[in-house]
Amino acid sequence: MARRTPAAAPETTLPRAAYVLGGNRIPFARAGGPYAHASNQDMLTAALDGLVARYGLQGERIGEVAAGAVLKHSRDFNLTRESVLGSALSAETPAYDVQMACATGLETVVSLSNKIRLGQLESAIAAGVDTTSDAPIAVSDRLRRQLLDLSRARSAGQKLAALAKIRPKDLAPSAPRTSEPRTHLSMGEHQALTTAQWGITQAAQDEVALASHQRLAAAYDDGFFDDLVTPFRGLTRDANLRADSSLEKLASLKPTFGLGLDTPATMTAGNSTPLSDGASTVLLGSAEWAAAHDLVPLASVVDSEAAAVDFVHGVDGLLMAPVFAVPRLLERNGLTLDDFDLVEIHEAFASTVLTILAAWESEEFGRTRLGLDGAFGSVDRARLNVHGSSLAAGHPFAATGGRIIATVSKELHRRGPGTRALVSICAAGGLGLTAILEAA
Amino acid sequence: MSSDTYLNLVNSGFTGKLAKQLGLPQPTPLRRFTPGQPLLEGPVLVLGGPSADELAHLLSADWDLDVHRHATPETRYSTVVLGLTDLTHPSSLGAPVLELSGVLKKLARGGRVVTVSRAARTEDAPAVAAARQGVDGFLRSIAKELRGGATANGLVLAETVPVTAPSVVGALRFFLSTRSAFVDGQLLAVDSSAGSLPSSWDRPLEGRVAVVTGAARGIGESIADTLARDGATVVAVDVPAAGEQLVAVANRVRGTALQLDVTAPDAGTRILEHTVTRHGRIDIVVHNAGITRDKLLANMAPDKWDSVLAVNIASQLAINEALLASDDFSDAPRIVSLASTSGIAGNRGQSNYAASKGGVIGMVRATAPLLEAVGGTANAVAPGFIETEMTARIPAVTRQVARRLNSLQQGGQPVDVAETVAFLASPAAGGIAGRVLRVCGQNLVGQ
Repeated sequence: MARRTPAAAPETTLPRAAYVLGGNRIPFARAGGPYAHASNQDMLTAALDGLVARYGLQGERIGEVAAGAVLKHSRDFNLTRESVLGSALSAETPAYDVQMACATGLETVVSLSNKIRLGQLESAIAAGVDTTSDAPIAVSDRLRRQLLDLSRARSAGQKLAALAKIRPKDLAPSAPRTSEPRTHLSMGEHQALTTAQWGITQAAQDEVALASHQRLAAAYDDGFFDDLVTPFRGLTRDANLRADSSLEKLASLKPTFGLGLDTPATMTAGNSTPLSDGASTVLLGSAEWAAAHDLVPLASVVDSEAAAVDFVHGVDGLLMAPVFAVPRLLERNGLTLDDFDLVEIHEAFASTVLTILAAWESEEFGRTRLGLDGAFGSVDRARLNVHGSSLAAGHPFAATGGRIIATVSKELHRRGPGTRALVSICAAGGLGLTAILEAA
Repeated sequence: MSSDTYLNLVNSGFTGKLAKQLGLPQPTPLRRFTPGQPLLEGPVLVLGGPSADELAHLLSADWDLDVHRHATPETRYSTVVLGLTDLTHPSSLGAPVLELSGVLKKLARGGRVVTVSRAARTEDAPAVAAARQGVDGFLRSIAKELRGGATANGLVLAETVPVTAPSVVGALRFFLSTRSAFVDGQLLAVDSSAGSLPSSWDRPLEGRVAVVTGAARGIGESIADTLARDGATVVAVDVPAAGEQLVAVANRVRGTALQLDVTAPDAGTRILEHTVTRHGRIDIVVHNAGITRDKLLANMAPDKWDSVLAVNIASQLAINEALLASDDFSDAPRIVSLASTSGIAGNRGQSNYAASKGGVIGMVRATAPLLEAVGGTANAVAPGFIETEMTARIPAVTRQVARRLNSLQQGGQPVDVAETVAFLASPAAGGIAGRVLRVCGQNLVGQ
């Protein structure tokens, strides 16, 4: 066999820049709404097809597609690859699944852009999807064991014996939960503890929620989402969006979390994200691939940092990991909060945003927990979640990262070279994932 | 799309015989175009004076058709072409027309009669003008006489346009082919020798980039499919709310989807930016997006009037302004706009719609001269009764009657409109400017 000549050395020095070239998502629905009978695969395929249509990628072999879902049925072990096969992309496009709770979507962006930066990929699609309507329901652990015993039984007698062990109470299905396995507290109850710890008021939370609805509605009205969102199953805008929301209406809602605490309960359905269904995608590529496909780079993915907090034993709240990730990320890049034109902090709850900001503004927290001389810094609210965030759009767990990255990348491109964005997403398990993007 | 049950019944077995005995309308299913289809099946008869020689040469030498210069008895002709550009007096019309008379009864199903004549002008000698205008009345009458899905259409050449001009050749081929299945009784003017013949008649839009508004469904969807089939790269535009269907269209034609409200103030610049950035050029814009808000004028709410005018005509004017100002829209560009027979003949309850569609006709007439310097054209297509989701909502009896009110006694298909748009968008149609071509099966209303 002839020896293969080694490939010519790439002209670009590595690592090179990885760019966000665009995105597409379907409108996010509330659980049990228009997507009640749509599966994760249906929604992810639709979001991919919309991306393909927007950027003319029919039959294109993309380097890799990575996506994931937080609530995923075991039969969807190859969810992303199956969705690619059902899409208008080339069937020769490789794909893999990722799961990192609510940080799944951002993690696909980070890992794929790193592969592009290393020269392993020229193009990629980062994505995420979740359905709380079509969530997998498992049988109870006892029933599962007995059914497995039954399948292993050989004689009729053994089969009857295995069947006889099943009790009526075993038949109750085990619905998926969003509560923490180690504390058995729901995410809302965890955040209620953090909210109380930092003394965040309901009024402050409602203001965050109202701004989210108003800004998202304005962006839709301006046509900002015309090239970011493709309707699905009759839904043309995020179902949770309340353009006519007001502080009075929000204040009238009864608290839903933290009712058992000594402090006043402040977290309502209005300042917490609802259970949602949806999917999002982000198109990534090298400068060369973008040029070859007549695509305009919107923003580059500069760096990323993950963090985790010991919410089980320690003093930090479940969703406070970004508080630690961002200072490390900015230190490494020689930046401060003031260097960012846009800051995206995922609104799992309005108080998540407020507790993160409070921790960064605290002199004591800065000194004792972040090892700084004083407070880490503050974020100008005019730069925070400028087109609304999860409180208004809804939060299909793994789809949120893609929504934020595509939205902020378009806004960075609009603002022009030199502008910079910080993205922060908190996640179950005390996880947090953060990233820096720069306008291309 | 609604199906025409009546047409199916009269073309099958017992119900067919019954309909014949009762003297009911006998519509014939029309043959539509597929790539690779032979242009004509059966011999062509070319009648008329010296200009007919040039036409006969084109048909036999260039298109390899079996051309007869005189009627052979008992021959079933697929097509009869009448070269009438040399008429000097109405009396000279008799010879070719009476020769046509002898073969009409044996004309093939789906046959074609095409006249090629000159436009009557005020400066013509009265006898010349009479002869030329006589062709108009003659053509419209035989179109009404023909049966079996056959059509008659005419080309009306400006004085300086030779019969070998690209647009005469292109339009003649369009009228002969199944692409024009539902175009009947129409006289299409050829204004100049501009335009160029395609290297492939099956893919005349190869290398061209086309924008189609309202492309998510119905006629717009069919236009996107047809332009892509003819070789164009298609940018499919529709309102964001129609995005899901738009994705299906864009992915099918391997183009791009652009979600955009055509009434947005920056619609023109966004179309230009997307199309030029993504596809390197912009050659064809098809203004198909349109709405109806039918009301008698006596009951017309202001928003119903305003929205129809805004979508159907004001948006086109604004987009055209951006196109005309752009250096990118300068390589023999084509604007094709959807008018309507309502805009020509009027329609009760459609004063807003008819005003907008009449407006389209005025707009293309005034826009065409602005594009002449760059070899461009603007034209309109006026559909009659077309089987779409929109006409499927018309009450059943009204719908049945509406379908039969044309010479072909049936509704057209979206693809019939699309084929005509594709022809006017083609390089060969460069000499047709500011005109309206009806796709209506020779509807009884209007001209």
